[in-house]
Amino acid sequence: MFDSGDTAWILTSTALVLLMTMPGLALFYAGLVRSRNILSVLMHCSAICCVSSVLWFALGYSLAFTEGGAYIGSLSNIFLLDMARDAATGTIPESVFFSFQMTFAVITPALIVGAYVERIKFGAVLLFSSLWLLLVYVPVCHWVWGGGWLADMGVMDFAGGIVVHVTAGISALVIAIVLGNRSKFPDQISPPHAPWMVMVGAAMLWIGWFGFNAGSALSAGSDAGMAMLVTHLSAATASLVWLTIEWIRFGKPSLIGLVTGTIAGLATVTPASGFIGPIGGLICGLVGGGVCYYCVDLIKVRFNIDDSLDVFAVHGVGGATGTLLIAFLALESMSGVGLEEGVSSISQLKTQIIGIGSVLVWSIAVTLAIIYITRRLVGLRVESEDELEGLDYKAHGETGYNL
Amino acid sequence: MKMVTAIIQTHKLDEVREALNSIGVNGMTVTEAKGYGRTKGHTEIYRGAEYQINYIPKFKIDLVVDDSIADNVIETITKTANTGKIGDGKIFVWDIETAIRIRTGEKDQQAL
Repeated sequence: MFDSGDTAWILTSTALVLLMTMPGLALFYAGLVRSRNILSVLMHCSAICCVSSVLWFALGYSLAFTEGGAYIGSLSNIFLLDMARDAATGTIPESVFFSFQMTFAVITPALIVGAYVERIKFGAVLLFSSLWLLLVYVPVCHWVWGGGWLADMGVMDFAGGIVVHVTAGISALVIAIVLGNRSKFPDQISPPHAPWMVMVGAAMLWIGWFGFNAGSALSAGSDAGMAMLVTHLSAATASLVWLTIEWIRFGKPSLIGLVTGTIAGLATVTPASGFIGPIGGLICGLVGGGVCYYCVDLIKVRFNIDDSLDVFAVHGVGGATGTLLIAFLALESMSGVGLEEGVSSISQLKTQIIGIGSVLVWSIAVTLAIIYITRRLVGLRVESEDELEGLDYKAHGETGYNL
Repeated sequence: MKMVTAIIQTHKLDEVREALNSIGVNGMTVTEAKGYGRTKGHTEIYRGAEYQINYIPKFKIDLVVDDSIADNVIETITKTANTGKIGDGKIFVWDIETAIRIRTGEKDQQAL
């Protein structure tokens, strides 16, 4: 009943997606902050990985992936009490499906780290991320992937444009606004302390994303193959778009710019990766690279919001853009898998907009509530003196660089 | 004895060391330094945001030499560290009272 090929690929994908957080995202973010906060960022990602894994096992998986109602699953499989050793999900063992999905539950709250770096209390990170996983990620995951109401409505999200990137992106923007800007932002702040580390992290994310998107096929066949292909095409194209814009605008193409384009392309293609063809991948990269570049500028420079590492502009906007593009790129005339019978691009686009819109509203409302609870229980922001001296020593008693 | 402190461009360090070596200077202390003078720093751009970099990386070299070669040392550094552009750095010179080699206890000229 198990397909060993499928199982082997999802086992591999699980490891690849874990690599995206541990240490891909951690390094990507750590290089972007100042040297006195590097350990705190690595700590945030690592701790969220551990907390999310345990919570996913205890509650999250059951609430997301068991049959329940349209809005939330049931508690029947908490602590995996209902899972037999040889239980199957499709053609793979349920233990593998559980673990694969767990790595998504790990990276999604970790993405939000980029919004609050260099000024948040560690206790707030733990409490906020835990509540956010259970109250934002898990319900939305059920709505879209667990047989919930958005799935019934026909919302298409292959690997998490809505479930992962829109939820994390908009919540990042909300917490960045509530938390306030880092002191001295934007004029007097120091630049990223290790651009090379940003590239290393981005490269791990890129590679890991093969597991994220191609693994989401949950099989080792042509769907996975095409998903991997379009993922890579979009990443490469968006990188070139970003590079070109910077080269024209500033006279110099930057490494951080190129790899930011990579992540924008990857986030954009994520929801579409299982539905589109090669040209669709190229278009995702072109559109995603351009739109995300514009939004980074919009949020940081024009609106002066310190979403420090551009989580909303890159992940949220990229994920939403790809989700909308599906309505056109999934057409058979675009070498895609085609839309449901009788569904036009326009009606699919409406469905996608409803999907994004409802998840935006839910994420904003619940994130605000979680922030309120977190502030009441543990406080959000460190003392300004601690912020100036850096979280590495002040929060963790360690120093990143002992030279 | 004179102490010569020179702040120079980072890419000029090897050239300066070789030139000093060739006129008989056999030791120096090098420090990675940051600072600004007339250059007033520069701008770096990350993800479209401009960052003003006020302190530019330089090397600071310190050496103590006998009075007799001090002028030659200064001239050598001035010549080799010069690119003709703003940001080439500065040289400071002052008198040294005593020098002691820790291993042997030798003093002054013997210690250099």
